[in-house]
Amino acid sequence: MRRLPPALRNTSLIVGAVIVLVIVGLAIFAPLAATHDVAAMNMRARFQGPSAEHWLGTDNFGRDLWSRMVWGARVSLGIALISTLGAALIGTVVGLVAGYFGGWVDQILMRITDVFLGFPAIVLALAIVAVLGPGVMNVALALVVVFWTEYARVVRATTLVLREQAYVQAARAMGAGPLRILFREILPNSLGPIIVLASLGLGTAVIAESALAFLGFGLPPPAPTWGWTLSYGTGFMRQAPWLSIVSGAAIMLTVLGFNLLGDGLRDVLDPRQLTRAAGKGKTPGAQTP
Amino acid sequence: MLSYTLRRLLLLIPMGIGIVVVTFGLMLLVPGDPAAVLLGQEASAEAVASLRRSLGLDNPWYVQLWDYFTGLLRGDMGVSIFQNQAVSAIIWSRLGATIELAVAALVVATVIGVALGVLAAMRQGSWIDTGAMLFAQLGVSMPVYWLGLLLMLFFAVQLGWLPSIGRGAPLTEAFADLFRGNVATLQHALTYLLLPALALAANSAAVISRLVRASMLEVLREDFVRTARAKGLRPPRVVWRHALRNALLPVLSVVGVRFGTLLGGAVLTETIFAWPGLGQLTIAAISQRDLPLIQGLVLTFALLFALVNLVVDLLYAVVDPRIRLD
Repeated sequence: MRRLPPALRNTSLIVGAVIVLVIVGLAIFAPLAATHDVAAMNMRARFQGPSAEHWLGTDNFGRDLWSRMVWGARVSLGIALISTLGAALIGTVVGLVAGYFGGWVDQILMRITDVFLGFPAIVLALAIVAVLGPGVMNVALALVVVFWTEYARVVRATTLVLREQAYVQAARAMGAGPLRILFREILPNSLGPIIVLASLGLGTAVIAESALAFLGFGLPPPAPTWGWTLSYGTGFMRQAPWLSIVSGAAIMLTVLGFNLLGDGLRDVLDPRQLTRAAGKGKTPGAQTP
Repeated sequence: MLSYTLRRLLLLIPMGIGIVVVTFGLMLLVPGDPAAVLLGQEASAEAVASLRRSLGLDNPWYVQLWDYFTGLLRGDMGVSIFQNQAVSAIIWSRLGATIELAVAALVVATVIGVALGVLAAMRQGSWIDTGAMLFAQLGVSMPVYWLGLLLMLFFAVQLGWLPSIGRGAPLTEAFADLFRGNVATLQHALTYLLLPALALAANSAAVISRLVRASMLEVLREDFVRTARAKGLRPPRVVWRHALRNALLPVLSVVGVRFGTLLGGAVLTETIFAWPGLGQLTIAAISQRDLPLIQGLVLTFALLFALVNLVVDLLYAVVDPRIRLD
């Protein structure tokens, strides 16, 4: 039997990718996937349990929960995507510059990074949203401020290694300027870790966005956010426990998908870890170093 | 060790200044006139002007920053707009509850995380390993407020074993009572603490278990472990006494970082379980847009986090002398 390529032998990668694809698909095709108008209230159909008509039941306004979850995917993934892109962009540039130029530039940029790392993420994000007010862009901005630091640290570390590589020295000897070296030579070779971080970061962003919404500082109702549905669902724990359970499960499944995908990507993109993982599969409890 | 401690302490100064600047910067982010925003639309012009004066908003920003900074050095965080009390006093009255919850969660997370990680590493590839890592994956992905809710639904509402919300006596008092021979206070306090601490701990327990497993697997391959086995020590002793000690080093450094996550998670956990700490206060302050209080809270969270990291770094240097050399 022919051996599968490494990517297809990695269970977390496959499972994660399938979960993410399904949820992204639902988000993109929300108008088709939703069975009901997401905002349509029907006071005669309040608190209905799951049925053929309402797959996941209805809420306190008789709104269809499945449709709210589908549209909620669009909100959560949208904000997660914007904020992750923003954080990756800023963090990568900071990391590249700090790692390449070193010296006092590096010192200053890294001290700033440390300061932002010094705040518990959700607290800082909450404070920023509190100050700016609600809205998609404000929530995304708060998450960017909180999450760019990780990219900066990782990209700086890879840049420190890459700038000493022979091919970078060669490019410099050929007269390439810093911009060209950073973006044409170093950046393409740092993409692996950035992609892994971004995949895990999407999961973290979904959790953070839902947390803000849960606390009532996300998008204002009637936006069908998962976090807010979970939150008002807690008020109806006795009549309709599925409201909170289902929306929490939606958040967890999405985050799980991104985490598995990120873990899988790390194994595939990092050859050192890959060999270790492969060795582990063959001889359980192997003692060889 | 002394020079390392001093160096580490000195590093706190630029960090602290940076944290204060960011916290202060929050005020500058407010769109429009903060005084008008804070008082709402019905406020009279005089009220707005007087709040502007008392917040020092008429001064240029660098004067405001200087005043804020010098105030902090005197322990003055300003006055809460809605509670009309010193921010530092309000925060001080709530601090204990949050530290208690975070520390309890850290203990629970470390115990569960280390136990699962070691078991998984000892039986690599077995169902225990798979189960532990599945738990870890779920623990990392589960939102803390959802887990809290499920725990509450099951143990408090369904089974009625534990109280669902609130807090018993502070643990410090409970322990004092214990020394007077009274166990009931502590029991009572622990029944309130258990569910929030568990909910808050799950995520960290998951992260720690993955780390312990990976670290244990590396250590178990090392020569000194082989030597210990070769000289006939029984496997549990090799694992728990010899290997675990070395495997715990990287874990210690993560515990400091986890504390920040725990403090953040405390905001959510406290909201669900009506735990009267800083997290609940934060939500209230943010709902009312009580800016001085918000700033004071953000600052307190960051300083707590920095202090814990300092302690962990120093501990790390004590445990692993190699650290002090670089």
